[in-house]
Amino acid sequence: MFDPTTRLNHTITEIKPSGIRKFFDLLDEMKDVVALTVGQPDFVTPWHIRDAGIRSLEEGRTYYTSNNGLLEFRKEIANYQSRRFSLEYDPAKEIIVTVGGSEAIDLALRATVNPGDEVIVPEPCFVCYAPLVSMAGGIPVALPLKWENNFKLTPEELRSALTEKTKAIVLAFPNNPTGACLTKEELEGLAEVIRESDALVISDEIYGELTYDYTHTSIASIEGMRERTVVVGGFSKAYAMTGWRLGYTLAPDYFTKQMAKIHQYGIMCAPTTSQYTAIEALKNGDEDIEMMKAEYHARRNLIVSRLRALGIDCFMPEGAFYVFPYIGKFGLSSEEFCEKLLYEKHVAIVPGTAFGESGEGFARLSYAYSVRHIEQAMDRLAEFVKTL
Amino acid sequence: MNIRNTILSYMEKDSHLNAKTLAVMLNLPEEEIEKEIAAMEADGTILSYKTVVNWEKTDRRMVRALIELKTIPQRDKGFDTVAERISTYPQVKSVFLMSGGFDLALFVEGETMRDVALFVAEKLATMEGVTATATHFVLQTYKDNDVVYEQDTTDKRGNSW
Ligand SMILES: Cc1ncc(COP(=O)(O)O)c(C=O)c1O
Repeated sequence: MFDPTTRLNHTITEIKPSGIRKFFDLLDEMKDVVALTVGQPDFVTPWHIRDAGIRSLEEGRTYYTSNNGLLEFRKEIANYQSRRFSLEYDPAKEIIVTVGGSEAIDLALRATVNPGDEVIVPEPCFVCYAPLVSMAGGIPVALPLKWENNFKLTPEELRSALTEKTKAIVLAFPNNPTGACLTKEELEGLAEVIRESDALVISDEIYGELTYDYTHTSIASIEGMRERTVVVGGFSKAYAMTGWRLGYTLAPDYFTKQMAKIHQYGIMCAPTTSQYTAIEALKNGDEDIEMMKAEYHARRNLIVSRLRALGIDCFMPEGAFYVFPYIGKFGLSSEEFCEKLLYEKHVAIVPGTAFGESGEGFARLSYAYSVRHIEQAMDRLAEFVKTL
Repeated sequence: MNIRNTILSYMEKDSHLNAKTLAVMLNLPEEEIEKEIAAMEADGTILSYKTVVNWEKTDRRMVRALIELKTIPQRDKGFDTVAERISTYPQVKSVFLMSGGFDLALFVEGETMRDVALFVAEKLATMEGVTATATHFVLQTYKDNDVVYEQDTTDKRGNSW
């Protein structure tokens, strides 16, 4: 008998729905929850930036742009990357404007992975890499990072994960969910290992602007790395532009050409209004970034201090807007801890296991919330840990 | 920003923030924050714990203007469309529909008179539906009803990773 449900792609049907989704659905049904769960800024896109988008609509700019994005916009991206991170990319040949950093990651993976290729994914990490590797026909190889290293990737760990089959390495620092960052020296250590291999690098630098203790360095700025690296950039986090769905890839010509095929057939072009809007962000948004960053910085200090005062071990995250404290000492699994906290005190935080098995014993708390909100959550958490 | 302005901008948003919390947030000694707050309380920079900040007591320049607007009302919508559009500008602090010789009254703030004048000339006067503007600068503030708009403060952000 014809069973349409068996007719779908098995690679897709075999991908497990993300565990965090279940948790979020639960959360959506509850009232009076103080959540520290969202992975996006609590700021609205700065007004002058929104205004640029509105102006573009008023001027009737409602067409498709060229596949790789408005050249004027790509030029601004190139200027910005050069100004902030000393990266030099040719706007005509080495930049593709994408639908979020998300699409950029997908393009990079699909353009690199052949069936059976391994992609090293250091965990805990953002949820998309492993499923996208699988969808591209590759094999995601989880590389568990360690708390004692503050969840930084070390050259030794990387060396031990590399095999003949390694096609690419995903680097995602500043990291979601841990807030870990890598210094220039630490990246140089990794680059030394990478240079000895044939691996490509997919560097998700979407949080590159949000570092609090030192300026972000891109792996592509380190010797020998540019030629084998795709840098994934975006607007969602630094400019509070998640809903505009805009990101980009920076990669050498040979690499960009291939990703451009996937992008042009699958997507056509990124939203035109968003592109015009983001030109303004790049031209006149540096101060906005500084303002928001100062705010996150202050909240980071607050939330870490409050957690430590509760006797919860928490390393000082150097970037992004998350803290990743150790909650294992309370004798519950991450999921049990988070569910109990949600049911008993109506505080929502995300179990570390949502970001890979190595997140067991930890939880992610986002501080993309007002100080008052964070304090309220911490007060409730204080009551909760007393009961454990 | 200097330290006083940083402290003020936090307290303006939330007068519950105490020196201890601020010290943690700004990574400064609690005594230093306390000393700054005490000095600002003494010199009248901090006027009230509602918390109302008198920026004139700081090194931040600020001018305020009352602006009268004449507009063309739209069918069905009346003055709403123009009023709502104007309300989205951050420089515009209040928008009222008035009886009498003009339609809308706004309070606009800027760093200098020039800022405000340019804003009126470039953004308001050119807006569709606006037919005339008259700008009156505030010389001295006697009473300031800091209007808080009815706002939907529910968190509408989707839960994403
Ligand atoms: C590490 C990381 N990369 C990429 C993304 C995707 O961002 P976007 O597609 O909005 O640019 C996110 C979003 O949460 C993220 O945390």
